[in-house]
Amino acid sequence: MSELSVNHLLGIKYINEKDINLIFETADHFKEVINRPIKKVPSLRDITIANIFFENSTRTKLSFELAQKRLSADVISFSAAQSSVKKGETLIDTVNNILSMKVDMVVMRHSNPGAAHFLSQNVKASIVNAGDGAHEHPTQALLDSYSIREKLGDVAGKKVVIVGDILHSRVALSNIYALQMQGAEVKVCGPNTLIPRHIESLGVTVESNLRKALEWCDVANMLRVQNERMDVNFFPSTREYAQQYGLDKTLLDSLDKEILIMHPGPINRGVEITSDVADSKQSIILNQVENGVAIRMAVIYLLASKIQ
Amino acid sequence: MSQKVLLTSKEVNIILHRLACQLVEKHLDFSDTILVGIQPRGTFLARRLKDMLEKEYNISKIALGYLDITFFRDDFRRTNKPLEANKTQIDFIVENKKVVFIDDVLYTGRSIRSALTAIQSFGRPSEIELLTLIDRRFSRHLPIQPDYRGRQVDAINDERVLVCWKEQDGEDAVYLINK
Repeated sequence: MSELSVNHLLGIKYINEKDINLIFETADHFKEVINRPIKKVPSLRDITIANIFFENSTRTKLSFELAQKRLSADVISFSAAQSSVKKGETLIDTVNNILSMKVDMVVMRHSNPGAAHFLSQNVKASIVNAGDGAHEHPTQALLDSYSIREKLGDVAGKKVVIVGDILHSRVALSNIYALQMQGAEVKVCGPNTLIPRHIESLGVTVESNLRKALEWCDVANMLRVQNERMDVNFFPSTREYAQQYGLDKTLLDSLDKEILIMHPGPINRGVEITSDVADSKQSIILNQVENGVAIRMAVIYLLASKIQ
Repeated sequence: MSQKVLLTSKEVNIILHRLACQLVEKHLDFSDTILVGIQPRGTFLARRLKDMLEKEYNISKIALGYLDITFFRDDFRRTNKPLEANKTQIDFIVENKKVVFIDDVLYTGRSIRSALTAIQSFGRPSEIELLTLIDRRFSRHLPIQPDYRGRQVDAINDERVLVCWKEQDGEDAVYLINK
């Protein structure tokens, strides 16, 4: 086993295919660990990790915390809502104050794209990006690819469509980078107003008809409409969005092949996918959540091994 | 770099038979006993002993598992070399069972210390024993000794003991290598 080429996980763009394979191989071992009667290993007992979330999160924060605890790291968690950030403290000051309490690694979510990158250049700690604005969410993309690999054997050669609000999605960008790096073909599908201009320059194709996109793909990754990031109306109504871009059981069953359905959560049931699709055999949404812990354990373990 | 043969294929075979007999003497039908090969190199010896016990001593259904100790080691972030994990394969609960750890070389005892912690993830064994092909005495860092030993070797720290297995290295042999 070699080591990661980076000291921080800021985005998929900054790592290479070898890194992804190493993370997956390590995650395989951790997946076995978290299915043992006792799901904990002592590797990181002398490492302290701060989870700093300037934006709301349930799944990612829980998943990171669980991963850190299963590795026996000491964990402190911090949400901006209850902090001095409200009193006007800057990002670097907040983080440096936390680091002076001898913290080795920072997992951060922030609403500004590039926040994790900025932090990595200004503080002495290993940084893991848990989502920076509409930029990247690398661990989500890793667990998505890992789940595809687990179900279909390989990512290379697979056709993946990412459906929904591509414009505001960090999951979409990280997924595009990760999937292409592993040799998958990627298409995006959604209302024209929610597809970023010039997205073709990333090597993806655009399809505005959901049925056509689904007929083409092996895997459909259904994204949530991020109303909280929308300052103007990007489509007439949620009802119209659901009719045009929502996936229901009738549409799914009318396809001539079985495709995998993924969703990074949280699901707006009845908008991007209906309940019967989310709970169907083809849905691997809960596998994604389980794999999330193993992937995050692998990322933290591999980065921690590089801390001097 | 020079090397000296410590054990030939024939000698390894004789020792394996002795170790198998010693295991039978203590564990009889192995109904409450589990053999656990320590990854990576202890697995060959464990598999060999299981096959020998089943084929030549007519003991059926011996439970065998492989235990990886990477995440339980005490030198994480203390070596320059990244630690390489291997597969753990223990498909049973070890609660109230007699566990026999099997490894090729016992050197500092730190791997076995890690294994003693790692096995607890699968339950609380009633007892744990240690079987090792080569026991490098005088080099222990911890108070750990084997219950069954193939051959005791006095090697200094600059020397390395290399155990080769037919299935992996093409021959059964043990070498003492001067680094």
